[in-house]
Order: sequence, then structure tokens, then C-alpha cells
Amino acid sequence: MSKTRLDQKKVNSELFTLTYGALVAQLLKDYENVEDVNKQLERMGYNMGIRLIEDFLARTGCGRCYDFKDTAEKIQMGFKIFLGITPTITNWSPAGDEFSLCFEVNPLTEFVELPDHCLNLKYCNILTGVLRGACEMVQMEIACWFVQDQLKNDSTTELRVKFIKRLEDAIPAGDD
Amino acid sequence: MKQQGLESKLSACSLEEADKCLFEYLHAEIVNYVLATTSDNKDGEEELSRLEWMGFSVGYRIIERLTKEWARFKEELDMIKFICTDFWTCLYHKQIDNLRTNHHGVYVLHDNEFRLLANIGANGSQQYLRESPRLLAFTCGLLRGSLANLGIVSTVKAEVSALPSCKFNVQVQRI
Repeated sequence: MSKTRLDQKKVNSELFTLTYGALVAQLLKDYENVEDVNKQLERMGYNMGIRLIEDFLARTGCGRCYDFKDTAEKIQMGFKIFLGITPTITNWSPAGDEFSLCFEVNPLTEFVELPDHCLNLKYCNILTGVLRGACEMVQMEIACWFVQDQLKNDSTTELRVKFIKRLEDAIPAGDD
Repeated sequence: MKQQGLESKLSACSLEEADKCLFEYLHAEIVNYVLATTSDNKDGEEELSRLEWMGFSVGYRIIERLTKEWARFKEELDMIKFICTDFWTCLYHKQIDNLRTNHHGVYVLHDNEFRLLANIGANGSQQYLRESPRLLAFTCGLLRGSLANLGIVSTVKAEVSALPSCKFNVQVQRI
């Protein structure tokens, strides 16, 4: 790779951040309803997640998760690899089927301020889709939502992840 | 022991590599979204103006941040050269391979292996030629946007004859 006078890593992550911003802006223009924007972001994230998981597995060589705690750590590792951040894992439910990921910094929201009419917008909703899609590809159904958001003046951004069920391998008809 | 192996593997894969694939997936989703929500225009071509517009706004913003502490460029050609070398290297991991100009406001930027086309066809493959314009519209906008913020009003078109190489035609609008 040739030398350049610019900080390549930074430019790359800014490219991602700004592209995401342009997408959200376009969606807000296209849909009247902010709820529809949230839904669309989640769907796009899902599509990304089902592809990202292959990258993740290829790069880390991870095997199957032993339990949901293990899953949480691998999700954390995924954030480290793809976004360069390490969210903290907290607030385990007593049953061990729910946890929170807390973000001090979030590259997606680096240049973002929400205008007043967008209070219901879940700006980072793409992340919930990514997690759902990625987990589904490793036979796990999860639910995922934001409980706190720095863009809405919370002190931290908190993403809640809940285990729903293990998906069974589907066996093609006539193939047992 | 196993854990350790994983750690070392992780540190080996650099951050920038990661961000790279993230942008590609996001770009693919944006293209899908735009295609799914617009109908073709009257010539039967795909309507890609919203993609172009998103690229424009990204280009406009990113160049402003990159060059904010720089001395002004002296000439138009200097700006174009900057776009072809440093800027392109950061965004697409390689320089533009060939730059031609007629010195009257037309520039042709030739990339022999454009990043967003590299994974869909190698070595002159024709298979996805028809679909390739949709992968270029965003970058056309990005070029136009970054030039606009440097003070050059232009139109940018892309041309593909064999994957994964492509040409960006920049036509500067003189006032």
C-alpha cells in the first residue's frame, strides 16, 4: 500500500460513519414515519449481520458458543474487530439469558446530533439488526434493543440482548 | 492455550481491515435499498440518483475534514492529483492507476481494480457488467461531492468495459 499524507485508519472509519449518516438522512427523507426508519435500519442490519458473521468466524476461528456468557464475550469481540470499540458487558439477568452492552464511545454517532423532531429515531438501530442476523446464522434467536442512548442525553448507550431460543438445524426433506 | 491463539490472531487483523469490510457491506445494503425502492426510469435504466446524492454528501463532508488544516491547492490539477493519490488510497486502498486530461476541464480517472467491483468479477469478466453501474453511482457522487467542496463544480460519470477496472469521467463545469 502506498504512503499517504492522511491517516488511513481514521479516514476509513470516518467514511463508514459518514456513509451511515447519509443513509439515515436519506431514510428520514424517504419515510414519513420515524418508526419505519427504525424498522428499515434494523432490516438492513440483519442483512449485514448474516454476512458479517462469516467474516467474524473466518477471522477469529471461533467455535460454537458454550453458553450465553460465551456468546456475550464473542459479541464483544466482534465489536472490537469491526468497530474498534470494546463495550462492557453488564446487567446480567438472574436467569442468565439477558445482558447489556454499554458503549462509552460509539463511532456511528461521532458527528451526530438529533434534531427535536427525531426523538423516536433509534439512530444506531442497524446494530440491533446486525446482532440478530449474525446470531441467527449460528442457530440462535435473540432479541435486541436500545434501553439508553447518548444521543438522547443518557450518560451511556446501552444495548440489551435477550436469548430467545436455540434454532434447530433444518434437515432438507428426504435427506436423513 | 486455545484462548491465547485467538488473542494473537485478533491482534494480527488490523482495525482498518475490519472497517473496510464494514463499509462494503453497508454500501451493498444501501444499493439494495435504493434499487428496491425506486422504479427504473423511462429509458429502462436503473434510477440511481439517490445513491449518487448520498455519495455526494459523504464526499462533501469527508474532504472538508481531511483537508481542513492544509494550505489551499494552487491549481485544479493539484486537486485532481490529490484525489487520485492520497484520497483514493485512503478510501479505496490503492491509487488511481491512470489519469488523463485534455487540459480543458475533462479528466479521466482510470482504476484497474476498483475496490467495490473487485469481488464480483476478476480478469475482464463480463458476467455482472450490466449490474455494475449500481456499484459505481455512490462513488461518482463521492467524487463530485469532494470536488465540489474544493471549489470545482463538475459532473462525474463512470464507465466499465471489463470488471474490475473502471473509468471515472470528470467534466468540470466552467462558469
